[in-house]
Parts: sequence; structure tokens; C-alpha cells
Amino acid sequence: MKALGTRATRTSAPRARALRTHGGVSVRFDVRAAVVVAALVVAALAASVALIGTGDFDIPAVDVIRTLLGNGDPGQEFIINDLRLPRVVVALLVGASLGLGGALFQSISRNPLGSPDVLGIGQGSTAGALLMIVIFQGSATEVAGGALVGGLVTGAAMYLLAWKQGVHGYRLVLVGIGVNAFAVAVNGYLLTKADLVDAARAVVWMTGSLAGRDWEQVWPLLTLCAVLLPLIVAHARPLRMLEMGDDTAYALGVPVERTRVVLMTAAVLLTAAATAAAGPVSFVALTAPQLARRLTRSPGPNLVPALCMGATLLVVADWASQRVFGADQLPVGVVTGVLGGVYLLWLLVTERKAGRI
Amino acid sequence: MNRLIADDVTLGYDQRVIAEKLSVEIPDNSFTVIVGPNACGKSTLLRALSRMLKPSAGRVLLDGRTIHSLPAKKVARTLGLLPQSSIAPDGITVGDLVARGRYPHQGLLRQWSGDDERIVRESMESTGVAELADRYVDELSGGQRQRVWIAMALAQQTPLLLLDEPTTFLDIQHQIDVLDLCADLHEEQGRTLVAVLHDLNHAARYATHLIALRDGKVLAEGPPLEIVTAELVREAFGIDCRVIDDPETGTPLVVPAARKARVAT
Repeated sequence: MKALGTRATRTSAPRARALRTHGGVSVRFDVRAAVVVAALVVAALAASVALIGTGDFDIPAVDVIRTLLGNGDPGQEFIINDLRLPRVVVALLVGASLGLGGALFQSISRNPLGSPDVLGIGQGSTAGALLMIVIFQGSATEVAGGALVGGLVTGAAMYLLAWKQGVHGYRLVLVGIGVNAFAVAVNGYLLTKADLVDAARAVVWMTGSLAGRDWEQVWPLLTLCAVLLPLIVAHARPLRMLEMGDDTAYALGVPVERTRVVLMTAAVLLTAAATAAAGPVSFVALTAPQLARRLTRSPGPNLVPALCMGATLLVVADWASQRVFGADQLPVGVVTGVLGGVYLLWLLVTERKAGRI
Repeated sequence: MNRLIADDVTLGYDQRVIAEKLSVEIPDNSFTVIVGPNACGKSTLLRALSRMLKPSAGRVLLDGRTIHSLPAKKVARTLGLLPQSSIAPDGITVGDLVARGRYPHQGLLRQWSGDDERIVRESMESTGVAELADRYVDELSGGQRQRVWIAMALAQQTPLLLLDEPTTFLDIQHQIDVLDLCADLHEEQGRTLVAVLHDLNHAARYATHLIALRDGKVLAEGPPLEIVTAELVREAFGIDCRVIDDPETGTPLVVPAARKARVAT
């Protein structure tokens, strides 16, 4: 009852601001969300500099920044630009893709648990990758391709199974959990079929790691993000309307099913590509949108804050794993798993205290 | 010709046909209420009129053109709908929710004009939720929340507004409150309203045009004073009743007959 009493008096100061020009152009933005995004970008960049400076051979932050700006000495230039920078860029892109993909899925399914790693996209990608590792002994590129195709096939299967005159939140989550269970079974089967070397390689891949990532992983992911981002931004407003239910969105003139198909496809592509580049890094897609939302305290899908939060989370997790356990001793997926698990517990406890579950 | 017409439509879900060759015209500037027993097809008809359900035969005409061939946003600027169930996103304020009604008038480069701001304010004022603007929707009472959703539909600024059972789940005070609000929108702002209602007496009191459905067919339509009779009620709902003058408004008042067993004792 006490909690209810405090809730009843809660009001919010209006935070939305609008910029208008004489030509009739107007843009609306949320001040708090803008501040959060700026802070996250700064945090991500700072963590990136720290991550580049970390390794068998530590480099001070000043030297890292100087080298990145093109004024470093040749020795540091090689270590930074050729060895460590691509890994950090992959971390940023993978984190951003997972954060954004998670926010899209959670918004479409209208469920904080409806993130792509829970719904089986991650496991589907893993199945594709394991198939390449175990059956075809494929190269790194072929494994990445397998992960991408696996994620896309899983996404398509999920959509078709959940489709009944349109896809609705609950059915999507339930079907997704079923698809996830199926993919886990396939992965278990593939592992039992593998010989020792392949199995070891598969298990490392399945943990999610950024070790040894170079520019080859950067370009495909960067291209995909560059293509998908404008598409997603263009559909962000209809997505916001979809959160009020299909009927209301329809009444407002939103092309409901088209918006959903476009955004789900984009989210599956982002998640599958991120998984192809770094393996199934757990919990980022689940936690980044929720953390971002708690910071912005703004309704709606919070796409850009979730994207920035994902990037920050992954770089910080990679930095932490290297700092605490030494270079490449602990795959980043383990750290995000631990952090994510703690977060989930905290979330459950606070929600329980607030009387919401 | 009236602006909104269902012309010889066949409606249904999957293989189940709800209404066949149904034709209905919504008189311009009327407050039309659709009544009928459960599963008579009244909500289905409303969904078809609002473009949400595509007829398997026949067509729905908006301003003389097939509604399904018109661009979605264009329809949404002419015809608004308050669905039976809507979801208020977590942590949204009343002002933000009502502002979302402006969506069909906005675009990527026109996100929040001065007009938008003014119309949202006016919509909140005319529904009496202006002072709630900064409150969170999830902490409002059911009646307040329904007013907020109506305010959102008003902000859409459509000459035609469809309401699917707007009084369901509300107590009698808030039912009257919402219906009075609808009557104001009709009389003062000159909008054409179409509502599905369960309560026959509410329908008879507020409607200027009544459509009685049964099994997907129109039993009667016209002003309540002319069409609400004991025979119509028996035919539509299968109950015996007396129809008397409402002592407050003079509109027909349906009083169901008492059970015979109880009358006898």
C-alpha cells in the first residue's frame, strides 16, 4: 500500500523539446534521453581507449589517443591500429547491434524478456556455426557465414510459426522459447557428434569471444549497420505507435504488419551478424534496452540509447575481462553472462519490492 | 451521399462468416449507435468500417472510394477509432499519450509543429484531462484512462470517430460521463460518431441514429424514437419487455418483463 501511495503522487516534468524552422520542419526530442546518449557515447569512447591500452604491453591513454589521431610512434601505431583497434571496433559494433536488436525485439513482442537471445536467434546462429565447425570443418569466415544463415533461418521459422493473421507479442515469445529449445537440442546433438578438436573449437566459439578479431570482421558488420540504421530510424515512429496495441496503431494509420516484418528482419540480421562476428555473447541484447530505459525513464523503444548502452556494455565487459583475468584468458561472453545474471537478479528483486511481480 | 458506407459486405474471420451482404450507411453528422446481442457482428461491422477488417466481398466506402485502396495515413486523418483494448506503454504520461494521436499528421521532418501542440492541448481540455497532463497513465482510474484515450483519438482530428464499446468495464458514473462527452463531441464539434454499445437504454438515450443487428443482418435502423419497440427488442434480443418514455429525456426506455414465476406469487 505504501508503494501505491508514493506512486499516486508521482508526476513527471515535461521533458520533450521541439525544434522548429520557418520552413515547417520540426523535430522533437527528449532532453533526458539526449543527455543519456551523450554520456553513454563518452563512456564507450573512454572504455575503448582504456581497452586499446590494455594487453600484454600496456599503453597509456594519452599515447593511445595520440596514435589514433595519427601522431603516434610507428611501434605503437602497429599495435594499436592493426592489432587492438579492430577488436575494439568489433566490440563496439557487436554491442551496438545486440543492444539495438534487443530493443527492437522487446518492443515488437511488448515483453522485456522477448529479446533475441531468449527467443532463439542466438542459439539458431550457434547451430549454423556449429554445423560449419563440426560437419564441414570450415574456416572462420565460413563459420561466421553459417552463424548468419542460422540466425536468419531461425528468425524466418519463428515468424512463420507465430504468424496467424499477424504476429502478436505473446505468441512470438512462446514460439521463440520453443524455437530456442529446439536449437539448443540441435546444438547438443552436433557437439556429441564432434571429435575432440572440433568440440573444443565449438565450445570456445559458443562462449562468445572478441579475441583475435581484425578488420575482416569489422567491414561486413559496419556495412550492415550502415544499411540497416537509416531503415530502422525511418520505422522508429511507427514502432512507437505499435506499442499501444495493433488496433490503436492501425487506427493511427500505421502499416502494422509491414513495420513489424521490416523491423524484425532488421533485428534478426543485426543479431545474427553480431553473433557471426563474436559468437553468442549472452545477455547484452536482454539487458542493454532495459538499462537504457531505466536511465532515460522514457516510454517507447529507446532505440538509440539501447544501441549506445549495448556498445558501452560490451567494451566495458571486454576491458574488465582483460584487466581482471589477463589478456584473452577469459572470453567476454563469460563476463557479460556474469554481469547480466547479476542484473537480472537485481531486476527481479527490485521489481518484487515494488510489488510488480 | 454519406461519407461512410458499407456496401453489400461479407465479413468474417478465417472460414467463419459473421455477416453476409450487409449494407449500412452512417448518416453524416449523426451519433450512430450499433446495438445487438452478443456475436451479432456489431464489433465486426465496426472493424470493417474502420478498415481493420477487409470484407471478403463487397466494399466499405469512405467519401465514395474503397477504404482499403486509400493510403493508411490518409484514412487516419479522416476516420478515427477507439478500439476495445489499447495498451498504455510503461511510464507514459497523459500528455505524451494524447500527443501520439497526432501521428497521422506527422512525418520524419514534421514531428511536432505548433499546430500539434495546440490541438493536443485543446483535445485534453475538451475531455477534461488537461490537469492530468503530467500524470502517468497507469495510475489513473478506469474512467480517467478512457477519457485520455478519447483525447488521443480527438487529437487525430478526424471528422468521423468510431468507438468500440467505449463504456465497457466502467461503472455507471463513468459510463454516463463518457457518453455525455461523446454527445458533446457530436453536438458541439459536429463530428460524426459511430459507437457500439451494449446497453440498449444508453443507446436509445444518446443515439440520433440507431442500427439494430442480429445474426449479421440489420433488423431496423433509424432514430430511436421511431424504431425502439417491444417487438424489435423481442426480435433482436429474444426477451419480453415494455417500452416506456424515459422520464428524463422522453426517449424510449426498455424495461424487461419480470419472470412469470415471480409475478404469479
